[in-house]
Amino acid sequence: MKELLDKLGPILRPEFTGNAESPEIDNTAYSPDNRTPLLTGSDDNTTISDKVCQIVEQKPTIGWWMFFLLSFSVLGLLGVFVPFLIFWGVGTWGVNNPVGWGYAIVNFVFWIGIGHAGTLISAILFLFRQKWRTSINRAAEAMTIFAVICAGLFPGIHVGRAWFAYWMFPIPNQMELWPNFRSPLLWDVFAVGTYFTVSLMFWYMGMMPDLATLRDRAKHPLRKVVYGILAMGWTGSHRHWHVYERAYLLLAALATPLVLSVHSVVSFDFAVSQVAGWHSTIFPPYFVAGAIFSGFAMVMTLLVPARQFFGLKDVITLKHLENMNKIIMLTGMIVGYSYAQEFFIAWYSGVNVEKFAFINRAFGQYAWAYWIMVSCNVLSPQIFWFKKMRTSLVVMFIVSILVNIGMWFERFVIVVTSLANDYTPSAWDYYTPKLTDVAIMLGSFGLFFTLFALFCRFMPFVAMTELRGVLAAATHSTSTAPDDTSGKPAAGS
Amino acid sequence: MEMNTEMLDTPAVETITAEDSVDPKPVLMLAEFETADLLLVAAAQVRDQGFRLWDCHTPYPVHGLDGAMAIRPTLLPWIVLGGGALGFCGGMLMQGWMNAVDYPFLVSGKPFWSIPASIPVGFEMTILFAAIGSFFGMLLLNGLPRLYRPHFRSDRFRRATSDRFFISIDGRDRRFDVESNARLLGELGATAVEVIEE
Repeated sequence: MKELLDKLGPILRPEFTGNAESPEIDNTAYSPDNRTPLLTGSDDNTTISDKVCQIVEQKPTIGWWMFFLLSFSVLGLLGVFVPFLIFWGVGTWGVNNPVGWGYAIVNFVFWIGIGHAGTLISAILFLFRQKWRTSINRAAEAMTIFAVICAGLFPGIHVGRAWFAYWMFPIPNQMELWPNFRSPLLWDVFAVGTYFTVSLMFWYMGMMPDLATLRDRAKHPLRKVVYGILAMGWTGSHRHWHVYERAYLLLAALATPLVLSVHSVVSFDFAVSQVAGWHSTIFPPYFVAGAIFSGFAMVMTLLVPARQFFGLKDVITLKHLENMNKIIMLTGMIVGYSYAQEFFIAWYSGVNVEKFAFINRAFGQYAWAYWIMVSCNVLSPQIFWFKKMRTSLVVMFIVSILVNIGMWFERFVIVVTSLANDYTPSAWDYYTPKLTDVAIMLGSFGLFFTLFALFCRFMPFVAMTELRGVLAAATHSTSTAPDDTSGKPAAGS
Repeated sequence: MEMNTEMLDTPAVETITAEDSVDPKPVLMLAEFETADLLLVAAAQVRDQGFRLWDCHTPYPVHGLDGAMAIRPTLLPWIVLGGGALGFCGGMLMQGWMNAVDYPFLVSGKPFWSIPASIPVGFEMTILFAAIGSFFGMLLLNGLPRLYRPHFRSDRFRRATSDRFFISIDGRDRRFDVESNARLLGELGATAVEVIEE
């Protein structure tokens, strides 16, 4: 296997200059008096720009084309099955009479959840001054945007008559009827719309100085024009930085309550209803924890291969990955606690239907889905108690895939089991997805990975500007007094 | 780089003239510094010399420059506050007007308008408008997008977004004078001084 990789490596991967090919360094040792460096290479401002920009400046490799074309062909499923669905109607889905919400809602909640890790990394870790976020925040924010795009697809098509999807928005229509603001489904429109807009502005604003770097390094006239327009004429002016930094801080402060509210509002879609298994006050925190859990797993799925592929091993270091694994383990346990708490509350409520709903989840007709969920979400991250495991690239990649699967099944379990067996046994039924359901779900993954491939190719993958700040701060702590206001670059340190 | 023998620590001034210019006049002076430390010291000096239309250009926000350049706090937080207030009031009024005034319709016996049911949308609108205020307020206060600036005529200046630090002095500044300014910047440790003419 290793020999095969060594042989294929030069064909698939880009060739890098400089110290991009630095070896894997274990910087995960913890010692309070001697903080491990955030960047393990010998990079300074110059080489950081080289390292990150050459990902974009080099010709795409065969490896990139393979990934892109594979994703793009899976995206083709959307191109076929979404028109098919709109033409024939939602009857082409597997939804039936008790189970009116199927894959569309499952996928919507899944993708929205994926997005949350990006905002947590970019906004919440920023407010907490977690400097390690700088290596991963750009890619994670991009992931957020693409995940929300995938999520936004589903409400649009699951309304049945997709050409009336604009009725979701408070704009005048031919019936002079406004949307019903007393429904959580409409709150969702506002929450997701705001989330997408704010995430996009945050991402773009963070990227402006880096786009200016790409503009200033560009040789091809088209690149100069495109990056020139995208960078909006950024000159690194300190008068601009002054306002920019304040704006970035404020956006982070706004995005923090926003990200907590978005999945809370999504959970209201369920919690405000009267369906047993949904009508529960634990839903908002439980959904938010699950969202961050699944999102970090997706960040891991994307970054573990990407750092190898793009030669970023000393920028996205083992320490970064280990930190993310710790968050995965923590949020995984919060999710596990929520599963247990749901059972306790169902029993404690004394409501027979509630009690039945949960026993039915674990032992009823969808028990297989429930136990996939529990083993992937609760059991698999427990392996991260062992340091060897949480610093092993293979283990963390496999666990991240398992968590993605588990969190998809969590939404499936919540949506389907509660609907399939509700108050009236005579109405019970079994929901099975049809080809259209599965194809559109796969297509959304194709959309996600296609967008991510394009992002890797054309946008700065790592926040160079922020890394330069980290480099400057690193020299502060070792070579200058703390009250010294200088920001010396870390050349040669 | 060729050094002027009379001013040992002053680099030669390079002039970049716009090709399409009929009557070229200096519009900008750029001085390049190797490190942020040098820039900080130099910036404080330029500030003390009484320059008004000048700026520092750095590849990352260098802390301490705010003071060294005597930049006053930005108005931006007030714009964000205004955006948030507008969003909240607008969101609440929108829900009340649409569902209780313009076209009241009864759903599940719920009140036409109530505070608890309006909070989620009101909150999201607050965040949305505050964030819009933050992003577009930043662009507005910085005068962006502005795709052309005389700075972009300099090839050396391309490194301002990567690994070099610059001081720029606008040609309209009262104290702008090619010779004396270049000497000052050279004494402060500039590795190169350029004048852009247009």
